[in-house]
Amino acid sequence: METKNEQTDPFENEISIMDLYKSFGENHVLRGVNLQVKNKENVVVLGRSGTGKSVLIKIICGLLKPDQGSINVLGKEVELLNEKELQQLRLQIGFSFQSSALYDSMTVKENLAFPLVRHSKHLSKKEVNQQIERVLDAVGLLQTINQMPSELSGGQRKRIGIARTLILRPKIMLYDEPTSGLDPITSIEINNLINLVKQEFNTTSIIITHDLTCAKTTGDKVAMLFDGKFIKQGTFDEVFSSDDERIQNFYKYNFIK
Amino acid sequence: MINLKPVERKFISKKIDTFFIDLYDAFQFVIRFFKEVFKPPYEVKEVIKQCYEVGYKSLFLITLTGFITGLVFTKQSRPSLADVGATSWIPSLVAIAIIRALAPLVTALICAGKVGSNIAAELGSMKVTEQIDAMEVSAVNPFKYLVVSRVLATTLMIPLLMCYTGFVAMMGAFLNVHQNEMTSFITFFQQAFDKISFLDIFSSLFKSIIYGFTIGMVGCYKGFHASNGTAGVGKAANQSVVLSMFLIFIEEILIVQITNSLRPW
Repeated sequence: METKNEQTDPFENEISIMDLYKSFGENHVLRGVNLQVKNKENVVVLGRSGTGKSVLIKIICGLLKPDQGSINVLGKEVELLNEKELQQLRLQIGFSFQSSALYDSMTVKENLAFPLVRHSKHLSKKEVNQQIERVLDAVGLLQTINQMPSELSGGQRKRIGIARTLILRPKIMLYDEPTSGLDPITSIEINNLINLVKQEFNTTSIIITHDLTCAKTTGDKVAMLFDGKFIKQGTFDEVFSSDDERIQNFYKYNFIK
Repeated sequence: MINLKPVERKFISKKIDTFFIDLYDAFQFVIRFFKEVFKPPYEVKEVIKQCYEVGYKSLFLITLTGFITGLVFTKQSRPSLADVGATSWIPSLVAIAIIRALAPLVTALICAGKVGSNIAAELGSMKVTEQIDAMEVSAVNPFKYLVVSRVLATTLMIPLLMCYTGFVAMMGAFLNVHQNEMTSFITFFQQAFDKISFLDIFSSLFKSIIYGFTIGMVGCYKGFHASNGTAGVGKAANQSVVLSMFLIFIEEILIVQITNSLRPW
């Protein structure tokens, strides 16, 4: 059974998801998801591959439309917004993609300048450069400013992807598998960066992962997704002290792997 | 009465469904272009960059193809005309062939292969690596930035390239005529343009605008809807070339019919 032990008033939460359903043809990915994320809280969504974790955050930022349910982000019902209102909301949401999704044909500087110059037209060239340098400095990659994405390592690409979202100073950060495909040391660096972003930029975050180290290090709350529903929500220790066999198996196989 | 087995019937109906769904999607895509093209903000820098990509970077291929087309067409026409003692008709014959048909078609086919596939592959790879989604979540309209700019660039540049192809092909034809008859440059072009009317030039320009729009639109549509990783990108590029060429020939037939009905004979 899904846990519903929290306040569900959307005005007390930055993100409030109620009875969310999403299918792709015969594949019912989300089957009545409920999730509340409070201001400046890091919520980790854990689950096996293909359980609909990425679909969930794509619905939150309006990239996918839900079949049923309500998604309230910063007091706005996402599915009721028109295109202009959705764009305004997206300016307050940062999305870090699993593949980093850096623009191949642009340098790191151009990647960061791309959203900034479009949404901050009042900024001078000098101010744009200053903001880019400040954000790159925050992710520790100022030296890569003139490099192309193809010249960066996997970890560097992830950091630049995060920097590109931070440049618009979002209130909410959505991380899609931030540590996938990275070595353990780089994964720890990314986990530390997620915590640093929360402190420095005062963000509320949803982190999608199946990496337990990432979940333990970055999550204030952990939500376990199984068969399109959250089967347990709470702190990391609360979730993994559960007797539920599915949760115990997930924990066990994460370390055997 | 045709008695199809259930599996076959399902397969056929699925194919037909997919065809009409794709057709509707493509129609929506074109409609969206016309809605977005007049709406600010205008991505002028990107349009100029794409014009450079489509126009300047196609010049070498267009020069080579245009010149060889003009030269070979003249060379191949000569024996037949020489048999009836009508080699003096070569300049006007070549001019009619090049300006009415060869220049627009050769330019469009070359651009469908070079530019259309490039657009489909570029957008397809952006799609499968989530770069288009990244643009969307950073509140930048990817349709406007990627599709509108590219379609405008092809629609503007392909007519210009067509004029250039026509000129280069005529130079190829002149080379052959001058080599055989020692005809001067001025005489050749006087004879060539003697039979060319305003309608010929106008219809060629009109055709090129339509071809340019088609190439840009098909390339962007196929790229924007690419899926299934790198294999999907290759498929999108391939389909873009095949579909563009097919549509160009259909448009050619239709426009020639319309133009001929406007001719005074």
